[in-house]
Amino acid sequence: MGPQHPSTHGVLRVVLKLDGERVTGSECVIGYLHRGVEKIAENRTYQQFAPYVDRMDYVAAVSNGLGYCEAIEKLMIVEAPPRARVIRTILTELQRIASHLLWLGTHALDIGALTPLFYCFREREEILKILEKYCGARLTTHAFRIGGLQYEAYDTFEKDVERFCKDFETRIVEYETLLTNNRIWIGRTKGIGILTKEDAIAFGVTGPVLRASGVKWDIRKAAPYAAYDQYKFEIPVGTTGDTYDRYLVRMEEMRQSRLICLQAIENIPAGPILAKVGKVLKPPPGEVYHAIEGPKGELGYYVVSDGSVQPYRVRIRPPSFINLQAFDRMVRGHLVADVVAIIGTIDIVLGEVDR
Amino acid sequence: MQAVIQATIDFLKLYWAPLLCGVVIVAVLPLIVGYVVLVERKLMADMQARLGPMRVGPHGLLQPIADAVKLLIKEDIIPEDADKLVFWLAPVFSVGAALLAIGGLAFGPAFQIGVNLNIGLLFVVGISALGIFGIVLGGWASNSHYSLMGALRSAAQLVSYETAAGMALVSGLLLAGTLNIKSIVEAQGSAGVWFGFLAPVAFFTYLVASIAETNRAPFDLPEAESELVAGYMTEFSGFRWSLYFLAEYTNMIVVASVATTLFLGGWLRPFAGIHWFTLKGLNGLDLLDLFPPLLILAVAAYCILRVPRQPTRVQQMFMLVVAGLCFVVALVLAGPVLLPVVKPAMAEAVKPFYAGIHGGFWFIFKVSAYIYFFMWLRFTIPRYRFDQLMRLGWHFLIPLSIINVLLVGLSLIVGSYYHLQGWALLLATTPAAILGLVAALIILGIEQKNRVRQEAVTAAGFYAG
Repeated sequence: MGPQHPSTHGVLRVVLKLDGERVTGSECVIGYLHRGVEKIAENRTYQQFAPYVDRMDYVAAVSNGLGYCEAIEKLMIVEAPPRARVIRTILTELQRIASHLLWLGTHALDIGALTPLFYCFREREEILKILEKYCGARLTTHAFRIGGLQYEAYDTFEKDVERFCKDFETRIVEYETLLTNNRIWIGRTKGIGILTKEDAIAFGVTGPVLRASGVKWDIRKAAPYAAYDQYKFEIPVGTTGDTYDRYLVRMEEMRQSRLICLQAIENIPAGPILAKVGKVLKPPPGEVYHAIEGPKGELGYYVVSDGSVQPYRVRIRPPSFINLQAFDRMVRGHLVADVVAIIGTIDIVLGEVDR
Repeated sequence: MQAVIQATIDFLKLYWAPLLCGVVIVAVLPLIVGYVVLVERKLMADMQARLGPMRVGPHGLLQPIADAVKLLIKEDIIPEDADKLVFWLAPVFSVGAALLAIGGLAFGPAFQIGVNLNIGLLFVVGISALGIFGIVLGGWASNSHYSLMGALRSAAQLVSYETAAGMALVSGLLLAGTLNIKSIVEAQGSAGVWFGFLAPVAFFTYLVASIAETNRAPFDLPEAESELVAGYMTEFSGFRWSLYFLAEYTNMIVVASVATTLFLGGWLRPFAGIHWFTLKGLNGLDLLDLFPPLLILAVAAYCILRVPRQPTRVQQMFMLVVAGLCFVVALVLAGPVLLPVVKPAMAEAVKPFYAGIHGGFWFIFKVSAYIYFFMWLRFTIPRYRFDQLMRLGWHFLIPLSIINVLLVGLSLIVGSYYHLQGWALLLATTPAAILGLVAALIILGIEQKNRVRQEAVTAAGFYAG
């Protein structure tokens, strides 16, 4: 299957070993979108590399930027001011909702439901409009700067976010009426692509895929970054770790993200948006690993500095790449039609897998 | 030479009417299908909070023509390793069967394109089932994995669901007592009740089976784009592809017409046997007869209201022309109803016109409603997996339809024993329908239990291995 197949979400190629229509083995062939992002980092200054991370998980650019900026801040022992951190949190949570919406739409489309896609895109459009108003770009936003924010929030920022969150509550119900109790949807997702708790941990998968298997692990709670320690939210977990559970977990995560946004806009502290960092960044020699909870899982940056203006090495831990390793375990014993559902449920972005 | 010409003339003299009908079918149906597609796209857009085709003509009204032209002038690609003859033949076969089936249908008491066959329904069902050969051959001839899988799925699906559909038709035919299309409708007219009410389970079974037969969502596995790219059509492009497309939508019209004829009273007006709305004073004017012209008038009024919102003058003119056409159609529909009121003497002369025009309207109305239901389903629900589809067919629909044939037969025996006629027959058939429903639930329960057991076994096998 692939790399040019309508439902491999980009350019994933899957070699399947079949017994009739039943899958007995599989191998993912990746690299069609390899751009050498990590190598590029070694030839750019710290600021110059920031836009490149947006191009990895291109449906969740804000989260990528947050992870990178915070990693460098950690390396330089600088802290972003409170106002910047709250706005970062809001934008990242909006981005999480947008990313999950894109996943829901395409996943449903793979399983044959045409309409949710357009509903999801309608709401995603609202989020992209907010991002566009904030920083002028919709997808590859480059919204943050090392040390804080480049832009002040625009005048009606809070109002826009609030209106979106108010509307979004009923919109989620709309998607759920189309899918959650639908017999066909349940038949296509329940018991499909089961990943047990032990397997999930052994494969190192993170994010909704891990939580659906019943592991309560979320970096926002475990090692709070940005302003997450100020807000109350739940970590939804699944029980069986099948495709249906992953669906439910992501739906609940969207609700929780909405709650975080609502809490955050209530009280955005005043103050500067950029910490004192020089025009030329020269972090002290050393190394740092910083991970955030991206929409797809643990997004980690391991940065080594040799004291110059360019990083010595940047290693990125992309959640999609590692979650994809569990694909073979999930797909064995299922039918070809389920392969499509399972690729969808892992929620991969090939830009991030191949980097 | 002379003899040949003479024979040709004799042939034409004898068969000019069917030949003309054939030409009409081939010429008009693609246009109708084009507009069915446009309506589908518009409906889909409406349900998905967007506009749909808007560029070609006002509200995209000329889109089908643009699409047709595009498809016709596209490059004709035949894969290198394809079986060229079969590849060429397959779509033609498919579309031929679909168009032939239309010939057996009757759209009104006086309007039948083909001949009034005494085995009309059997002919239509049989011929339309032949179209599957086109699909299987096409899938085989393209020499591609996706095509072959799509074709095989299609064949398996048709075999499974044709059985259920056939059994459902048998239940209806038990009530009608004839295979002749016109007689079936007349039987419903004289009974005063549509067979869909007398045999609701059969109607439901046919509804589901007919969706599967025409390869429509949620049973569109032969062309499931997320799995098989485009199924049996993957290697076809341009004109050949459009032939398959034409066949698919023609088949939709065929199954909708069959369901309308057998279960929804064909061209009969709803409440034909009830005279509550008949006005005594106005020479037997029935208010329900005014529904068709008023509906068309409403469309005309909508078009006129939209005129000021059209961006260009051409589009405004076009909108007015559409409104004018609607107005003419409304007049034609209203004429036979209103003329007897004005001139009682003309009542008799107008009757055949009334039957023909209003019959045609109601038939098209019901067929449209049926197709609308198909489309609605397609936009709403996800797709079945292939094994689930087969299980639904063999474990649920086929047993249900067989049990239902028995139940309908029994209820008819009971009915004739107590001399029940028309609506009174519902007394006998309703318990049968309820029994059918109970049977359906029991079958579903058994099926569920079996599936859970079977899936546990399979999963255990694979995880152990």
